[in-house]
Amino acid sequence: MSTATKKDSKQNRPARGGQATMVEAIRQGIWEEMERDPAVFVIGEDVGAYGGAFKVTDGLIDEFGASRVIDTPISEAAIVGAACGAALMGMKPVAEFQFIDFISAGFDMLTNYAAKCRYRWGAGIQAVFRGPCGSGVHAGPFHSLNAESFFMNTAGLKIVEPSTAYDAKGLIKAAIRDPDPVLFFEHKKLYRLPRLREELPEEDYIVPIGKASTRREGRDLSIITFGAMTLTALDAAEELEKEGLDVEVIDLRTLAPLDKQAILDSVKKTSKVMVLHEASRTGGIGGEIAALIAEEAFEWLDAPVVRVASIDTPVPYSPPLEEYYLPQTKDVLEAARRLAAY
Amino acid sequence: MKRQRKQAKDNGQSVAVSDAPEKLSCTSETKLTHEQMLELYRYLKLTRLVEERLVNLYRQTKVVGGVFRSLGQEATAVGTAYALRPQDFVTPLIRDLGAVLVKGIRPREIFAQYMAKAWGPSGGRDLNIHFGNLEKGFIGPISHLGDMIPVMTGIVLGARMQKKDIVALAYIGDGGMSTGAFHEGLNFAAVQKLPLIVVAEYNHYAYSTPTRLQTAVENLADKAAGYGIPGHIVDGNDIIACYEVTRAAVEYASGGGGAVLIEAKTYRRKGHAEHDDQRYVPEGEIEWWEKNNDPIDRYERFLAGHGIATREKMDAITADIQREIDEDVAWAESSPMPDAEQAAYGVFDNSIVLPAFRPKVLER
Repeated sequence: MSTATKKDSKQNRPARGGQATMVEAIRQGIWEEMERDPAVFVIGEDVGAYGGAFKVTDGLIDEFGASRVIDTPISEAAIVGAACGAALMGMKPVAEFQFIDFISAGFDMLTNYAAKCRYRWGAGIQAVFRGPCGSGVHAGPFHSLNAESFFMNTAGLKIVEPSTAYDAKGLIKAAIRDPDPVLFFEHKKLYRLPRLREELPEEDYIVPIGKASTRREGRDLSIITFGAMTLTALDAAEELEKEGLDVEVIDLRTLAPLDKQAILDSVKKTSKVMVLHEASRTGGIGGEIAALIAEEAFEWLDAPVVRVASIDTPVPYSPPLEEYYLPQTKDVLEAARRLAAY
Repeated sequence: MKRQRKQAKDNGQSVAVSDAPEKLSCTSETKLTHEQMLELYRYLKLTRLVEERLVNLYRQTKVVGGVFRSLGQEATAVGTAYALRPQDFVTPLIRDLGAVLVKGIRPREIFAQYMAKAWGPSGGRDLNIHFGNLEKGFIGPISHLGDMIPVMTGIVLGARMQKKDIVALAYIGDGGMSTGAFHEGLNFAAVQKLPLIVVAEYNHYAYSTPTRLQTAVENLADKAAGYGIPGHIVDGNDIIACYEVTRAAVEYASGGGGAVLIEAKTYRRKGHAEHDDQRYVPEGEIEWWEKNNDPIDRYERFLAGHGIATREKMDAITADIQREIDEDVAWAESSPMPDAEQAAYGVFDNSIVLPAFRPKVLER
């Protein structure tokens, strides 16, 4: 029986592989890593008996006990700090932020302690800091954040954000095995999206950190994106195909360190580039990618790099406001048509 | 526990009153052997003399950053750290050089760090005691006060999962206790009954800010009640008392009692760092502490008074320390500065992610 049909059942080990949504894929990944390595443990708010706000850690406490699935006070600095300390002892913590918005309360510990330890004295912090990010579910200004830009300018943190169930499992396993701190962002809109349900292999696998994936090959223009926006880009690409435009979609998967080669290869192939992301436009990762392309592939461009991103506001609550805030498929279509015609 | 605390509190208060006490010494209620007492003296004196040498090097412009003194409060770090067992972990603040030395870090490492040399433990990447040595149970602090409390909570959380009997000792000051990270870390340790000992040094000033502008409680140990853990007050300039209160705390924490807060009443006689002119300190205050309550004077009086060491013996120990310091300064001075390109290495495991070399601009 696959986990997909068991519907988040407790006290049952999830299937190894089989049909899985993204949330099930992440749970499988953490579960398997906890089985294969006694140093792996989970720490966060309500991750134990309750199984986490989004049930990512559901059932783990029954299998591994409260000593390896640790419920904490509402203390993000303590969660990150304790994860760092335990990592120094050789443990491999998987720390959860209930919503990525609350990462701000652990910002100091992440950017000043976790990120700088190896550089300062050679002690790498092998820890994963994960949680649900992203907007589009009418959760308002404090439960909708895309936090990658806050951390892009801090050397020492890897940043990962998957867009498929297969990648989510492979990347969480790679993150747990990575010798450096990894921020693992999970778009909450994708957790249970039926469209993302897929057959996962039974055998152990990882998806390497630092490698982008070409979701769709194309010759006319490239959309460079990640996370939930990958789906928006694929939807737009399908639409554009009917108009005779052959669109390539690059899913970055890892935001730090960026897979520069994948970006530059796509630019050299299509010569027209759109960067698409969900976070606000100003200071967003799109600027970094555009700058990279300008510096290293300027001669290959046939048009200016276009950024499609959210507007520069907090994430609003009401559906019409949030819809205006977020890049929609129609925004991508419009931008792509202009880019193609340039 | 309560009685012990009251007694300790009285000690603390008698130190703070302005009537010059008659020649303070140290408590004689201890099981320390004479040999241990001499070792304690060695660390106490080593701490002061290493710092004095650092000031000399600073004035010769050989120190790149600032120099932070623990003058007048050395007994707290040395006495408390000396109570740890070899397997225990410690994280100092900048004014706890003594604890670092007790943990077995050699003065040469400290000198090389301050001089930003390649042979320093961080290879010139970080300053002063901002490094660590996991084998020796020494975790260096970062500048953000309070952050090390959650980290040390994690050290003992990890140790517990590994079924290791390890106690962690973290220092904090009357200023650092105002941070959120301190609260979150100690609260979590208390909830989990983790063997974390926090030594809060009441040294009267956080940079220029007096303690009354940091907290509305009279004693830092009063805050222990808010975490449901025992709080003790000790005379931070009585090295034996510092040792004894920590030894009992190690026993309590390691025995499953959980976290402990110890407040050490002491006094910072120098400014925040060497550049600080201490204009905010009332006239006569520093001199009073120097004259009446210097931890080394007190301990020397104790050692002589109890026939543990003669003046000659103490001078011989001091001469031996000076020899070690001379040797270690020479070693540190002989170290080259780091190769500039070393800046690019070690952000990540470089077998996975390449070093962050400076990119070549417009070279095509």
